[in-house]
Amino acid sequence: MTRTIDRRGLLGQAAALAAGAFIVRAKAGPRTVELVARRFRYEPNEIALEAGEPVLVLIRSLDFVHGMNIPALGKRLDLLPGRVAQLELRPAEPGVIDFLCDNFCGDGHEEMHGRFVVT
Amino acid sequence: MQRRDFLSLAAAGGGAVFASGLAGCANLGGSAKDFYFVQLSDTHWGYEGPANPDAKVTLKKAVAAVNALPEAPDFIVFTGDLTHTTDDPAERRRRLAGFKEIVADLKVKPVYFMPGEHDASLDNGTAFKEFFGDTRYSFDHKGVHFVAVDNVSDFGARIGEDQLAWLRADLAKLDRNQPIVVLTHRPLFDLEPKWDWATRDGAAALQILMPYANVTVLYGHIHQENHRMTGHIAHHSAKSLIFALPAPGSQDKRTPLPWDASAPYKGLGWREVEAEGAPREIRLTEFPVVRA
Repeated sequence: MTRTIDRRGLLGQAAALAAGAFIVRAKAGPRTVELVARRFRYEPNEIALEAGEPVLVLIRSLDFVHGMNIPALGKRLDLLPGRVAQLELRPAEPGVIDFLCDNFCGDGHEEMHGRFVVT
Repeated sequence: MQRRDFLSLAAAGGGAVFASGLAGCANLGGSAKDFYFVQLSDTHWGYEGPANPDAKVTLKKAVAAVNALPEAPDFIVFTGDLTHTTDDPAERRRRLAGFKEIVADLKVKPVYFMPGEHDASLDNGTAFKEFFGDTRYSFDHKGVHFVAVDNVSDFGARIGEDQLAWLRADLAKLDRNQPIVVLTHRPLFDLEPKWDWATRDGAAALQILMPYANVTVLYGHIHQENHRMTGHIAHHSAKSLIFALPAPGSQDKRTPLPWDASAPYKGLGWREVEAEGAPREIRLTEFPVVRA
């Protein structure tokens, strides 16, 4: 599906960039969302998705081999600093999909969570 | 007074006896003598925070309580997270040394130590080994085979192929009916993956254990009692000696339960593990940090 970018869209992108997420609306292919992992948080830690929409999540770790485990989807990744990990998602239905770091990264590891909120 | 009578009294006086007779741990058959040992876990020496404003004395009080037992256990085990994690290697060693100094006051020997991820995951167990030796080992005691499995030195909570091969070889010499107690830190099964309460290759360890008829797993990590069966294998987690955590999956995050000033040490404690009778039963008796 082709999406045009209007002023409102640009403002939305600017807000997303300020929050640490790139949202690229291309003429073809899945929407791309970029995440950053650092001790002890994901930025952003809440990502809005639409049910049925294919999304490519690009994740960069800044400081540790963090994990990204999405138990509800049976998926997990190791996030190596200096590389961009990719995760393809197409949530089937509305709901919340939690993810967490499952590589022990220090005092605060237990707080390193995030969620996809699917509408 | 028989030990069973004492346990009944302990239950009435502040301890709590977990019902024995769980399938898989109710038949530690054999003719060896009865015995019991003490399990302590998740002491997190070095922790400072509101979840336990009494952190500097909690472990010491537990040591005193164990020393005051009217009948001495045969040995003591610590199932990991002896210290609270730190990025600083020198501070990690100071905490391990501090912990070791406190538990040196335990009257009963031997004491067996295992690491938790807070002790070992940031340096692959290097500092832990300097103080307490290998992170995997086995020993036999009065007809029961004990095996310590390290699922924390790898920061991704993997036991690893090398250790799994070691476990397989260690058990291969046993009769399939030999009672086995596995000591480990994380649950070997997927207790609550969204809270990282799992071992990434725990299923492989359980597969190795499955042919053995009498297997009990004692672990820590989740700072509360939890009793679960996977097939005929019984799994029992222990309380912590620093702060309690919420019930698995009961809230969004696994944040510590708040300290209750009106009930200090609420939710904390240690346990006795008794192998008794013929055929044997495993009996767990829970004790608070400070006994009334």
